[in-house]
This record gives sequence, C-alpha cells and structure tokens, in this order.
Amino acid sequence: MRWVNVRPSRRNSVLLGALPLLLVVVAYLFASAARHAANPSDKILPTPAAMATAMHSLLVDADPLSGRLIFWADTLASLERLGLGLGICTLSALLVGMVLGILPAARASFGALVTTVAVIPPIALLPVLFIVFGLGEAAKVALIVIGVTPFMIRDLADHVAALPQEQLIKAQTLGASSWQLALRVALPQALPRLIAGLRLSLGPAWVYLISAEAIASDIGLGYRIFLVRRYLSMDIIIPYVAWISLLAILMDVALAQLSRRAFVWAHQTSR
Amino acid sequence: MSELLTFENVWLEYGEKIVLERVDLGIAERSFVSIVGPSGAGKSSFLRLVLGQEAPTRGRILLDGKALRPECGPDRGVVFQRYSVFPHLTALRNVMFGRECTSAPFTARLFGAARRAAAEEAEAMLVEVGLGDALHVYPAQLSGGMQQRLAIAQALMARPRVLLLDEPFGALDPGIRQDMHRLILGLWRQHALTVLMVTHDITEAFGLGTRVLAFDKRRVDPHAPHRFGATAVYDLHLTRKAPPDAVDLESEVLRLTELVITNTEDSL
Repeated sequence: MRWVNVRPSRRNSVLLGALPLLLVVVAYLFASAARHAANPSDKILPTPAAMATAMHSLLVDADPLSGRLIFWADTLASLERLGLGLGICTLSALLVGMVLGILPAARASFGALVTTVAVIPPIALLPVLFIVFGLGEAAKVALIVIGVTPFMIRDLADHVAALPQEQLIKAQTLGASSWQLALRVALPQALPRLIAGLRLSLGPAWVYLISAEAIASDIGLGYRIFLVRRYLSMDIIIPYVAWISLLAILMDVALAQLSRRAFVWAHQTSR
Repeated sequence: MSELLTFENVWLEYGEKIVLERVDLGIAERSFVSIVGPSGAGKSSFLRLVLGQEAPTRGRILLDGKALRPECGPDRGVVFQRYSVFPHLTALRNVMFGRECTSAPFTARLFGAARRAAAEEAEAMLVEVGLGDALHVYPAQLSGGMQQRLAIAQALMARPRVLLLDEPFGALDPGIRQDMHRLILGLWRQHALTVLMVTHDITEAFGLGTRVLAFDKRRVDPHAPHRFGATAVYDLHLTRKAPPDAVDLESEVLRLTELVITNTEDSL
C-alpha cells in the first residue's frame, strides 16, 4: 500500500498524536537528569520535583507583600486583559466587517483605511499606546485590540463580500430590504467565520498580551515570566509557559465546540 | 391574453461594447418562454435586465404596462443554476424567508399565529414540490435536484408576476432533469405562472416552452465584433399537439433505466 493511502483509525490517531508529545517530555527528563548528574545545582533544566517545589509556593502561599496567591492572581489578570481585548475586537470586527462586506460604498470609503492600519506592526505602536493610555490596563488591552481587530475585520468583510451574488439577488426578489439582507442572510453566515477568525487570532493576541505585560506591568503571566528571568528561575518559567499553552488550547477547543453547537449547518459536509 | 412584459427597442451597452440591440418583444401572461442561443449572445444579460440587476441603456421595459424598476423586487422570482437557497436555513425556513421579510420589516422574523400560518403555507408549498419529508433539513444535505426544488418553492411563495429561471436544471443528471421538467410544467399550469427560462438544452427549450426565443447577433463585423449586439433572431410560438405532460411510454422507460443506472437521486 502507498504511504499516501495509509489512514490511521480514530483511536490510533490519538495515540500517534500523543506520541511526539510524550517523546519531548521524556527527552527533557533525560537531559535534565544528565545535567543534574554533572552539576546538582543546575538551574537551566530543572527537574519536575524542583518545578513542583517552586510552583507550590506560588500556587498556595500568599505573597507576603500583597497578600495574593501569585499564580492565580497572574492568571486572572492576564485572562481579564485578554478577554476584554478580544471581546472588543470581536464586537468591532463584527460591526465593521459586516458593514464593509455588505455595502460596496462603505468598502470603497473605508477599505483602504483598514488595510493601512492592518499593515502597521502593532508592537511598534506600543510606545504610542503607553504614552496615550499610560502604563495601566488600557494600554495593554488597546495593544491587543489594535493588533487583532484589523485582521478580523478584513477576514470577515472578505467573507461577507464573497457570499454568492445569487443569494443576495434571491433574497431581494423575496422582498428583503438592505437591513433584512444584513440581518437574515449575511449575519448568520458571518458568525461561524467570526469565530474561526477569533480562533486564528488567539495566538497573536497572546503575543501582544505578553509583550505588553513584559514591558510595563506589576501582575500577569507575562510579567511573572520576565520578572523571574532575572533569577534564572526556569523552574517557574517552564510551568508558566506550559500553563499559558494549556489556556490557549482550552480557549481554542471551547470556540471550536461553540461553533459546532451553534452553527450546525456550517459544519455539515455537502452530499 | 394580455401582455405582461414589453420590451421597446431595448439596448444594453457597456461603453463601446454592445451586448443587446433593438430588442422588441412582448411576453404574454401565462406563457412559458425558453431562451436559447450560443454563449455570449446576451441570454443572461437579457435575464438580468428583466431581473432588474441592470437597466437598459436605451429603450424601456414595461411590466404590467408600468416601467420596470431597475432593482430586484418581489414581483420577479428567480431560480439560478446554483446558490439560490440559503445554506444556514432549513428547507422550511428557506421557504418562509420571503413571508418573514415582507411581514416583519424590522426583525424579519414572525412569531405566534403569523409564524404558524407562514409555516403551514411553506409546508404546503414544500409538499407540492416533493420535499414534504425534508422540512427540517439544511440545503447541504439535499441533493442537487432537491435543492432546485427548494429554490423553486422559495420563489413561488412570493407569488411573483414573472418567474425567471437561469439554466435551472443545467447541473442535474438527465433522469432528474426530466422529473424537474414535469414538476415545473405542473407548477406553471397550477399557479398560472409566466416563466422565462434561459437554457443551453434545445430539447428542454422546445419541450417546455410555449415560445422559444433564440438570441444571436444579426450582423458581425470581424474587425470589431463588439460593435454589434445580439437580439432575438428567432421567435417561435409553439402550439402543442399533445398535452406536454402526457407520459410517453418510451421516454418513461428511458427515464427509469437512467434512474437505475445512475441510482443517485430521489425518485419520489
């Protein structure tokens, strides 16, 4: 049988998928053990036991200065910023994307502006945001919004504009007004795409969040990683990075499930 | 029979390029007009004019004696070859769509008794086109022929003055196509429709139509082919000897054989 025709079953796919992950973990354990055999106080590749001890104090012991459980306070702060930023992105992308997609006149007027904003590297604007919004929460949320929204707007506007012309004509021959076209034809077909766009934007959004936290913050997952870097605390950095990855995966899966549940029609393969 | 659609010296030009020229036609109410012609002979442009997607650059088009609005409206129904149903609505909701738009301008949704009435009417229409047992199915799960049935039902709910068909059966298997011919002829008679159908299939054009229009260019300038437009070069009024839906034994046998061979579609 040709290699291209070898298709693993569902159960085997899960096993095959888990295998490389497992290999990475095992490789790390060996490397860590080897380094510790040579130098028991090695900090670069901490053992799982060392990570557990380091994390334990962050997880359950209150910080003597602020009285907070640092790990959970960091997570909450980061998720708040991310949620707020992505919420604003999604709503504005839906609104602007729909208008640009449906109304050719709006596209002609504002399409170029959105494209221009989209090509500005958001990190380059970070100093501007710090100057305008100060070093508080607003600047961090604004960075996520500025970084992600133009992409989501363009994605959604393109999708809505690419709806088959026949559908729009048909709706008009059935008596639909512009508003009804937007509400009943374009909006329902835009929503699954909006969720898909949001899923794709999760990665960049995390990047912007951590960048903003690294530069000016006093709490947050990104802040913590950059803080403990000064002490070479890989035993904290590695669990934090793993936790961030886990959160990102959970969000992605949750959005995929939401789309599947709410928009059954969009996930059916045609016969 | 009264004239429903009138074309008075209609021209359609894009700058230098002339697509249609001197189209002078009267379409009688309750007629079934087939439009044939080679590719690029302006069949689809002609349909777009009637649909209101485009306005004639010269001349005028009258519907019921009044100038046609150059924008699609509920007086004209349409079925395209593809993409004329809404993928995010079930069959029933697809057919209810028109009613919901006309009776609820802001929400485009009906509630309570009005909704039940619309649903009942839509269901009756779906039963009529043979989709009675696919009410709550999304179009993606319907076969090509069933999607076209749905598109027809959807268009008929709005009770259009003219039903425009743009190669509606072009993408279907031959056996299914014959089922669809029977269906559209039945509906045409039942609902006293006026139908304009663009097709590539000459047999279909003569089999269904009471009148066949052939579009082509009368003159061609080889150095500037775009300077002459197409018009209806043949205009044939057909009188049928036999009722069009009388089942011809031979063709019925052929049809069933095809169904068995292709074995794809709903034989209903």
